[in-house]
Amino acid sequence: MSGASLQVDERGRLRHFLTVEGLGRELLTEILDTAESFAGVTEQTVKKVPLLRGKTIVNLFFEASTRTRTTFELAAKRLSADVLNINVSASATTKGETLLDTLRNLEAMHVDMFVVRHADSGAAHFIARHVRPHVSVVNAGDGRHAHPTQALLDAFTIRRRKGRFEDLVVAIVGDILHSRVARSQIHALNTLGTGEVRVVAPRTLLPAHVEDLGVHVFHRMEDGLREADVVIMLRLQKERMRGAHLPSEHEYFRLYGLTEERLGLARPDAIVMHPGPINRGIELESRVADGPRSVILEQVEHGIAVRMAIMSMTMRTAQGGAA
Amino acid sequence: MSAGGERILIRGGRIVDPASGFDERGDLAIADGRVAGVVRAPEGFAPDRVLEAAGLVVCPGLVDLAARLREPGHEHKGTVASETRAAAAGGVTTLCCPPDTDPVIDTPAVVELVRRLARGAGHARVVCLGALTRGLDGERLSEMAALAEAGCVGVGNGRRPVPNTLVLRRAMEYAATFGLTVHIHPMDAWLRDGGCAHEGAVAARLGLPGIPEAAETAEVARCLALVEQTGVRAHFGRVSTARAVRMIARARYDGLPVTADVAAAHLHLTEADLAGFNAEAHLEPPLRTERDREGLREGLARGVLAAVCSDHEPHEPDAKLAPFPSTEVGASGLETLLPLVLRLVDEGVLTLPQAIERLTAGPAAVLGLEAGTLAEGARADVCVFDPAAEWRLDPERMVSAGRNTPFAGWTLKGRVRWTLLEGRVVWEAD
Repeated sequence: MSGASLQVDERGRLRHFLTVEGLGRELLTEILDTAESFAGVTEQTVKKVPLLRGKTIVNLFFEASTRTRTTFELAAKRLSADVLNINVSASATTKGETLLDTLRNLEAMHVDMFVVRHADSGAAHFIARHVRPHVSVVNAGDGRHAHPTQALLDAFTIRRRKGRFEDLVVAIVGDILHSRVARSQIHALNTLGTGEVRVVAPRTLLPAHVEDLGVHVFHRMEDGLREADVVIMLRLQKERMRGAHLPSEHEYFRLYGLTEERLGLARPDAIVMHPGPINRGIELESRVADGPRSVILEQVEHGIAVRMAIMSMTMRTAQGGAA
Repeated sequence: MSAGGERILIRGGRIVDPASGFDERGDLAIADGRVAGVVRAPEGFAPDRVLEAAGLVVCPGLVDLAARLREPGHEHKGTVASETRAAAAGGVTTLCCPPDTDPVIDTPAVVELVRRLARGAGHARVVCLGALTRGLDGERLSEMAALAEAGCVGVGNGRRPVPNTLVLRRAMEYAATFGLTVHIHPMDAWLRDGGCAHEGAVAARLGLPGIPEAAETAEVARCLALVEQTGVRAHFGRVSTARAVRMIARARYDGLPVTADVAAAHLHLTEADLAGFNAEAHLEPPLRTERDREGLREGLARGVLAAVCSDHEPHEPDAKLAPFPSTEVGASGLETLLPLVLRLVDEGVLTLPQAIERLTAGPAAVLGLEAGTLAEGARADVCVFDPAAEWRLDPERMVSAGRNTPFAGWTLKGRVRWTLLEGRVVWEAD
């Protein structure tokens, strides 16, 4: 429904990567398997494969980002592509150039792929609808809608650690309302057959009808963590205090912060994840962030392999299966 | 040609005039710009022109409570001339222009400008709503007496809020002094926040900032309390929720002088039509749930909603060429108004006379206009349409300068054959 036909070609292959919603389990598994094969590459001394040699990839970021842009850049370079980073500040677009104009100008330079981050939900869909036929679009985060590569690298991390999804309980804690990461994670985890996906937050940080996304809703952290195999903490933006979503960081941490003690309610082998950047003492305490059950840095590392997989798969489809 | 010079006989159509409870086959005679005879032409009537209407419906020209013509101020989207021509093509003979032009309709000069442009174009009658507050700033009262004298049929604040409830109270009292109806866009600005879609399952999925149902009901409640206090006549324009319909029904039952209308699109579409970030379905108020659509239909059938309007908002193509939240709201609606309401007849929601009433006498009564009737002696504003004609909506063939419509590709039923404005044929389908 939301973009499935736009991002998959008539043979069911990935054409763009805009959202996890609508993609089948087989395709997601193929991405994870492909990423697994690239994970080896990043551990070698010569960390490059020539899959995308001669291709030009533009990281088109309308919103600031360090981590995501850097891992996309590294992923592209390890596939031997040429990479161009373009940060379009808000002021440049208010000077009058429309998004479409920006896109057309870059396309004229024979770009093969756009990696796009934008503050508007639906921006990646919009761009995918308007690029030339051989160009691929990868969504690096659009508004509150989707951050599909993050969701896949999270799934990759869970699969590596747990080896399966079927009987897992995954708790996603924090600002679900504004989170594109959470939306994509929920779709990915459900599609991959996760036993139970939970969201844990006060009602001000949950979207209306969130249960329709296929989650169980918890308002008490203690209830949400019970017997969880995976705990995913979301970043809390400081703006939420001004928007009257929360009274204070202090109360948020008191109710929803992940402490060693609370983590004890989860299963003994539970892992702790966070899409980063973390706010120590707000979402989780340092003992947890740096503790033995934290896989936060593994997530960053896996981001490269997963993005290599997605970039190579979409590019292969867009350019006629040659690579 | 001098107004009403031609004598016209519309022959053999089904004449439906809900204002006079009339529904019979016969002839409609027109002379001097007025209806000279219904069912039977007057003795010795010698028409200059005969319009053969066998198999067609003959009804009053439609009255549209909200059509943005984009002039003055946004001529790249449309002009009074281009959009009144689209009105004529859609069978609309009277349309009401909201005050949010640029400059705002807050002085008699702007009213006069719009009227002069409309008269010059000659396709439809245009009436204006005056601004409730100066520059629509929501703080200072406009010179409503002057606006009333200049011919404004009511006052309103467009889509701009009047945050201070005391200002709203004073504005209502002042409007009531001059017998002006206050037109309200029921949307609480704070609850709306930065929303661009109904706060529900679809917005949750697409990650679109939501506009909750309470943004509408809270504002309806605030205004109803002030209507009760001030006694002003109030009209809620473009209601979108079932709950607001019930609140307004209750207020009417309690005897409050309130009316309401709904936009045609909201009677057919829901939040589900936003799938794939469809910017053509980016409307204001937002498309809501299936349950809301049913509530609106029921409210229309019961007469709680007195009128269906086009909520016409033509745009240049660029206005919709952006990611959904950054696109401009609205659809070009004049040419789909009649077929979308006729569709409700096919779907068993309304009878044909009811459907026509909601497009003619209903909205005319809201504006207090002598329009929307074919009674003998009335101004001969007439719409003659083929209720069985099916056509596919191709945006490229629209008359309006705005081709932005969520109904592109729909097969619609009901096509205007002739539109007459004060006895003059202003539209004739080929």
